[in-house]
Amino acid sequence: MPEIFVITAGEVSDKVRELSLSANIYLPEDVKSSLAAAREAEMMPQARSVCGEITRNAELAAEKHMPICQDCGMAVIFAELGQDLFIEGGGIEDAINDGVRRAYADGWLRKSVVSDPLFARVNSGDNTPAIIHWRIVPGHSLKLTVAPKGMGSENMSRIFMLKPADGADGVVKAVVSAVEDAGSNPCPPIVAGIGIGGNFETAPLAAKEALLVPCGQRSGIAFYADMEERILREINRLGIGAAGIGGTVTALDVHIIARPTHIAGMPVAVNICCHALRHASGVIEGRLTA
Amino acid sequence: MSDARYITLPLDDNTVSSLHAGDIVKLSGKILVGRDAAHKRIVEAIKEGKPLPFSIENEIIYYAGPAPTPPGSVIGPIGPTTSGRMDPYTPFLLSKGLRGMIGKGKRSPEVLAAIKEYRAVYFGATGGAAVLISGCVTSAEKVAYDDLGPEAVLRLEVRDMPLVVLADCSGGNLYESGPAEARKITSD
Repeated sequence: MPEIFVITAGEVSDKVRELSLSANIYLPEDVKSSLAAAREAEMMPQARSVCGEITRNAELAAEKHMPICQDCGMAVIFAELGQDLFIEGGGIEDAINDGVRRAYADGWLRKSVVSDPLFARVNSGDNTPAIIHWRIVPGHSLKLTVAPKGMGSENMSRIFMLKPADGADGVVKAVVSAVEDAGSNPCPPIVAGIGIGGNFETAPLAAKEALLVPCGQRSGIAFYADMEERILREINRLGIGAAGIGGTVTALDVHIIARPTHIAGMPVAVNICCHALRHASGVIEGRLTA
Repeated sequence: MSDARYITLPLDDNTVSSLHAGDIVKLSGKILVGRDAAHKRIVEAIKEGKPLPFSIENEIIYYAGPAPTPPGSVIGPIGPTTSGRMDPYTPFLLSKGLRGMIGKGKRSPEVLAAIKEYRAVYFGATGGAAVLISGCVTSAEKVAYDDLGPEAVLRLEVRDMPLVVLADCSGGNLYESGPAEARKITSD
């Protein structure tokens, strides 16, 4: 008999509710440290003042249990499902959406989802559906990451289908141009998640996953670690600054995730995130059935 | 300059003339809140000669749509929204007496020209500083267009709302001058 582990749909819903609330209310420590460092490093007084407001805002959100930003985003959820798990008591995607629904109602979070993008832009009223990315992994636990993402910075994100011959210089140029074109719109100081390789649909997903890498952490591959530092330097030379009003810190950090790709291609996706880089993770362990 | 200037509304012409792009301001007094749908409705009403349920004369309008108000709070988190979407309406409103705007992001050349012509001012609030700004709001009431939900027109009383002057009546524009100045430092 194979060993089967169980969790309930109710536990999934409760965990998603908890993570959606904490992601919206508490800015991760690495982002807070990075913002404090940006304030120290910033040489323009107005931008320094803006960095101070952003830090104070995050402290107040935690104290008052209010969302960091009024744009509480679409609920982007990364789910890593252990293949030995059985979900009891309901559909797992329904459970995830139920958790989102309850978090956005209970936490007084703004609901920003319309059910149709063009024909009928009517607010769904409960911030569902969530955007769910699944991975099936070995084991018997469910890892959930909730990453609410506002549209101000999402609208400034880009994909470039570069040629292999464009090389490292081509990648740097594409990324820096995306940040330059975005200007003040994505609420800088930003974090840039960069996905290189894969194909037209996986490069942007890698870019989004790159935003989950802690600020200050470099790629484990020396080549990409150097490239992250080079891109960060070039972005900070643009002079955009906090709020786009001129400053020496335009990006808090840059993270690259590289994936296998086709001999004929080099997709590069840039997912820009505002200074409110929100995410929270948790794990539900399966229980062995008797 | 890096020290904040404390300014109380309503604005008079001398104060408007003394505000320069880059000035850090703490604003106190009564402001209006209105965004996309409200702008469309205000402009249509004025053009059709219908009376507005509120005056825009010498007013400052804040482009924002708050998150829901939790019990016991004056207002929910209320950060600025992108001003550019209001550009088609702004020169007309300035010609009808609006004195200033609070938002984020660049404005069209037409809006910048109207700010000069009608001696107005464009302030920036920090995008994402929504809780900080809601803490500056001492009272909030709906004044019109309740049917627009989060886009209804509100009247807020604010105390020491942290702002920076983005565009002034002498043609100063911080989105041009600020990054240009920063690039002098970063290109060294």
